[in-house]
Amino acid sequence: MEDLQAFFDAYQTTIGFIGINAILALSVWLTLYTGQLTLGNAAFMGIAAYGSALLTLKAGFPFPLALLCGALLAAAISLPLGATVFRLRGVYLAIATLAFGEVVRVAILAIPLTGRGQGLVGIPTKTELWHIYVSLLVIAYVCARLRISSAGRAWSAIREDEVAAASQGIPVQRYKLAAFVLGALIAGWAGGIAAHFNFAIQPDEYGFARAVQILVFAIVGGIPNVFGPIMGAIVLTGLPAVLQPLQEYRDILQGTILVIVIVYAPRGLATLLDVRRAARLRNVGAQDVA
Amino acid sequence: MADQIYNAVFIGSIYALFALGFTLVFSVLDILNLAHPALFTLGAFVALFAMQQGVPAALAVVVAFLVCGVAGVLLDRVAFAPLRRRNAPPLSAMISSIGVSLIIIRLIQLKYGPDLQAYPQGSLPADVMTVAGLQIDTLRTVIIGLAVALMVGLTVLVRRSRLGRELRALAENPRAARLLGIDVDRAIAATFFLSAGLGGVAGALYGFATNSPFSQMGLNFELKAFSVMIVGGMGSIPGAVLGAYLLSFGEVASLTFLPSELRDAFAFGLLFIVLLVRPSGILGQRAVDRV
Repeated sequence: MEDLQAFFDAYQTTIGFIGINAILALSVWLTLYTGQLTLGNAAFMGIAAYGSALLTLKAGFPFPLALLCGALLAAAISLPLGATVFRLRGVYLAIATLAFGEVVRVAILAIPLTGRGQGLVGIPTKTELWHIYVSLLVIAYVCARLRISSAGRAWSAIREDEVAAASQGIPVQRYKLAAFVLGALIAGWAGGIAAHFNFAIQPDEYGFARAVQILVFAIVGGIPNVFGPIMGAIVLTGLPAVLQPLQEYRDILQGTILVIVIVYAPRGLATLLDVRRAARLRNVGAQDVA
Repeated sequence: MADQIYNAVFIGSIYALFALGFTLVFSVLDILNLAHPALFTLGAFVALFAMQQGVPAALAVVVAFLVCGVAGVLLDRVAFAPLRRRNAPPLSAMISSIGVSLIIIRLIQLKYGPDLQAYPQGSLPADVMTVAGLQIDTLRTVIIGLAVALMVGLTVLVRRSRLGRELRALAENPRAARLLGIDVDRAIAATFFLSAGLGGVAGALYGFATNSPFSQMGLNFELKAFSVMIVGGMGSIPGAVLGAYLLSFGEVASLTFLPSELRDAFAFGLLFIVLLVRPSGILGQRAVDRV
């Protein structure tokens, strides 16, 4: 028991970030499952991180309320954004959301309240490990239920063939927007939790690199079900910690593993476990996700 | 004023060279090659390595072109070719290019560390001319000339040569291209060689101009290149050149009106507006729903 305690103490930060990254991966999973490539979730995370941190730090809000406000702020911003950018598809959609992320980053740098380039320091560290993992469980459960609900079927239909989905009377834009806003809400929740786990936040944390990282978790894990993104986050967040002793060769090994995994499981780690589904998909010649 | 225009032409030329390689791979293979910034950085460091061995700067640029070109072909064989064979979704190609990018950058850091480097003293032309009150240094002028020559060269290659016709056929429809007897593998290798070579040259030239190559120098260009490609028209070569100069002039102009921290906002604000108003870009012709 003592050993376990020591393990938790030593790796507390890593264990926390595995959970946070898993939540982030789920946030982008929603849009990916709908067949839409968006890269705005790092920005939503940042908006909520700054929003909630300012509320606890400057306005003395209680932690749960600040978290909620931060996540709702991110979702509120995602609504008009989604309504405009979902005219676009594919790479265009990805780059538009990426551009939005950069505009947010620059805005944070320009507003004095956010501490600009220095970021915010002294955020009360209210996040406990169980907060992270209870959130993850709840969010994963909601996503899994949504996947097998009528909304989930609509998302699948849109992913496979948008025109056919629309011809079946599925309101395509509305379902895309729902996935996007829900994703922003989840990313925002993760942002608030991460900000209060970490003591300090900086605008650069929520830029291009983070956006790509979140996407990598989800794609490497796989999109077919909610376990994929969680697996991706666990493997890719845990890996650097495990490879720590290798120091300067760590990136090389990590890059190599990334290439090998994606070459041998181009649709994600989760598909390796689900051999039957893969065979079925091949038989009917269906396009898998992503 | 004239100074700023000169500067805009210079930085626009580098944007253009960088974006050309990026856009070439995208137009032919529909891949966003996220290792392109790493190849750009590699170009600067290959030139540095060559010049430390006593190779003159002009030759070092050629070496950077060749080495990066070969690295680009290798990149394709390792990260993209296996995925093509498995008919993988385009997103997985993006992920594997991130993996390769991590490896390249770390290899550079193992040799040179993360800090700013400098080219050997006296290896770069340092003279400055004053023409009509405008300070013009030889180095930047040569760089602009070379960049423009490369842009013209690539355009002619794609429009007029046999290889160019093959690439355009491949971009249109890979299966039909193969049926027409085009050696698809060779054409793809050529695409990556040219793309990575141009990226490497851009890196070397930008390294020369700033005389401070460092391992993360490609990052800023990656985002700018997205902007350049979208504004000009995704996959269009003249579009990328036009987009590059529009962006550089816009940035320089915005610096005179806006505080410096808002400089990057210009690039992405412009990108955002173009996407909403005319997503196919200024010179783009293809339908937008191409994924």
